[in-house]
Amino acid sequence: MSTLTPPAGRTGCAPAAKTPANSSLASNRTDTVSVAPARRREDGAAGALPVLGHPTGRSSRFIGRNGAQILLQMLLEHGVTDAFGYPGGAILPTFDQLYEKQLNFILVRHEQGAGHMADGYARATGKPGIVIVTSGPGATNTVTALATAYMDSIPIIVFSGQVRTYAIGNDAFQEADVTGITRPVTKRNYLVKNLKDLPRIINEAFVIATTGRPGPVLVDLPVDVTTAKMEDPVDDTPNLPGYRIYKGGHSRMVKAAADLINASERPVLYVGGGAILSGAWQEVRALAEKGNIPTTTTLLGLGTFDENSPLSLHMLGMHGSAYANYAVQDSDCLIAVGARFDDRVTGNLKLFAPKAKVVHLDIDPSSISKSVKVDVPVVGDAKLCLRDMLLHIESRPRQAWLERIRQWKARFPFTWKDDSPLPKPQAIIEAINRITGGRAVFTTGVGQHQMWAAQFIRWNRPRSMITSGGLGTMGYGLPAAIGAQVGRPGELVIDIDGDGSCLMTVMELATMHQYQLPVKVAVLNNRFQGMVRQWQKLFYGGRFSHTEMVNPDFAALAESFGVRGLRCENKADVPRVVEEMVKHPGPCLVDFICETDENVYPMVASGKALDDMVMGVVGETPPNSGRDMGTLA
Amino acid sequence: MRHVITALVMNEPGVLAHVAGMFSARGFNIDSLVVGRTDDPNFSRMTIVVIADDRTLDQVRKQLGKIVTVVRVRDYKESPFVARDLMLVKLSAPPKVRSEVIELAGLFRGRVVDVGQNTIMVELSGEEDKLDAFVELVRPYGIRELARTGVIAMARGAEAVRSAGSEDQRPAAGASPLARREPLARRQPSQAELEATPPG
Repeated sequence: MSTLTPPAGRTGCAPAAKTPANSSLASNRTDTVSVAPARRREDGAAGALPVLGHPTGRSSRFIGRNGAQILLQMLLEHGVTDAFGYPGGAILPTFDQLYEKQLNFILVRHEQGAGHMADGYARATGKPGIVIVTSGPGATNTVTALATAYMDSIPIIVFSGQVRTYAIGNDAFQEADVTGITRPVTKRNYLVKNLKDLPRIINEAFVIATTGRPGPVLVDLPVDVTTAKMEDPVDDTPNLPGYRIYKGGHSRMVKAAADLINASERPVLYVGGGAILSGAWQEVRALAEKGNIPTTTTLLGLGTFDENSPLSLHMLGMHGSAYANYAVQDSDCLIAVGARFDDRVTGNLKLFAPKAKVVHLDIDPSSISKSVKVDVPVVGDAKLCLRDMLLHIESRPRQAWLERIRQWKARFPFTWKDDSPLPKPQAIIEAINRITGGRAVFTTGVGQHQMWAAQFIRWNRPRSMITSGGLGTMGYGLPAAIGAQVGRPGELVIDIDGDGSCLMTVMELATMHQYQLPVKVAVLNNRFQGMVRQWQKLFYGGRFSHTEMVNPDFAALAESFGVRGLRCENKADVPRVVEEMVKHPGPCLVDFICETDENVYPMVASGKALDDMVMGVVGETPPNSGRDMGTLA
Repeated sequence: MRHVITALVMNEPGVLAHVAGMFSARGFNIDSLVVGRTDDPNFSRMTIVVIADDRTLDQVRKQLGKIVTVVRVRDYKESPFVARDLMLVKLSAPPKVRSEVIELAGLFRGRVVDVGQNTIMVELSGEEDKLDAFVELVRPYGIRELARTGVIAMARGAEAVRSAGSEDQRPAAGASPLARREPLARRQPSQAELEATPPG
């Protein structure tokens, strides 16, 4: 046990743990894995812990090493190759270990950025994102990023420095009750008070962050723990008697779900971010195609289903497609996969999917019947549950239903009107979509530009849309793009951002420059907080209270950071500038000056039923598609 | 409806804060929350009385179960159970009514645990209703101070809330962790006080 090397190609993430579907999954019990050592193991036997991918148990391999060395050693054992963070007094012992560059460490400019980078990295790669920051303000600056990751179930692990254990509670310099502050926004957090607990806690942190419904974990490391030397062998086996990892679903429920789907005439498959976390996109496609089931995704589910498929209903919800919303409301069987019936998806709950029986596949039992009453719950991993379910799904033509959907799709496509002197934001996103062919990793901030990106990019690959859904964190896009670029170095990564969102974390342009990460930032600059403006226009009589922005010259700002800065304010220049941005070999920001007075449609106003939409231009004009913007060779 | 939920939790710092925080964050109403040791030093047991309809109760259970340090959760909606509350109450009881109060306490199977010049302290345990009834009966005498533990509960029959793998737990020989518990800090009475105290 003293020579632990991670198996080649190990992701350090949940999939490593998953067994392929086999007959044992069709057993009559819900299949779970418990993560607890055999009781009172003191014999040094290795605990078989499949979720970690390497053995654990009593080990001498840490003897003579200090806490910081053990942390680095274990990060490497867990297959960690990259980390993000910012140093400071209480975390210096750990940073001293990073001097040898065994990890690709990205120095950020604000700890919130480190958190979002780790989050973007995790979403882009499926591996947990690692953050290392100092105590007090260093740790509190990660809170927004932890909350973002918690809402969207993203595995990140934050290691924060802490003052010496004997100084805790004394209002020491840069002391904060970080475990207290972060408890509601982490899946689990730890204050390590004894070095002997550190190896076990690090293993637990990886297990908890990456398995089940993933989520952020914080480990608070007092400086005397990272400097203390390990004297004795320790057992690093996770001790999580209360932790269950759900795998295959209950076979009776899987069968019941399949029966309900087979019997339905107007089923709709509603796919969320859980399908990406589980790696279930092939199973989703198989289910949709076998049963001829129209498929819509949530914002976080974009990319799980190829939107070029005739079965695709694109995104649903507040700014989803009219046809997705109509289909859900008219459906007699709604199959939710890894989605949680968020209020932005359901509209008025009482009027949601009134004709539908609801099947809900989710790995988190607390998601079941939380807001929408579920008829057939299946608790388990989406991929495994779908595989089992597919065995029972019968092929059905469902021609009448598909025909109805074809008509809706033809009548109410996403569209916009080219009626302003300045380019419309949608035009810029359409150009980006056309020129990249959707073959890029996209991140966004939060607001109108985020919704237009969701609407006008034709999503066709999983892990290509990286956006803050649940928490709606403005400023997410730029650092998340940096994280995604670190995780997928060879790929084109584009942050579609708003002027308001971008400025919240714009200092990370320095990070982009320092590491020459060739991220592209497309700022849709309408000189307003567009989505708030839209609500003020529609619901507050056009009283634009504190939403107008006097912005810097974004291109000059980028240049001052050492990042290529471009500016585009003419319609005719949009395709050329997009192409120039995409082809620029290094980091590049484009300030797209665009029309201010533009709303996102369709829109389900707060409290309205999902099919009670403000349509705007949708359904009234033929779609704008077809204008030639050229494609990237 | 008031429901009783039992949660077996890991005995470590922050667990109570996590549970209490979850209740407030999700808008659940706690009527009482009791936490104490069990026979296994690794685990504590919480008994929580919540005000909830069936659907909320379901969410309370699931949200509790989701907390990593919560090992097991059960409610007693569908099964018979024993619930007990413990109370200490200090009453005004000058000598002329003292015997009345003692008699009332006796009727409720309470115990007199302290007697002063004009006060008397009664210890009483039982169902909440019984304690409530006693409080109403003695209120006219004047309640100086009252403390209740809140409800603890346990299902009738053999079924038990334990962590998996600890069903056959026996304390290691000669090393009962409970025996090592420190006594509660108390002021030691002076010699003069000891001499003034009646025997017993």
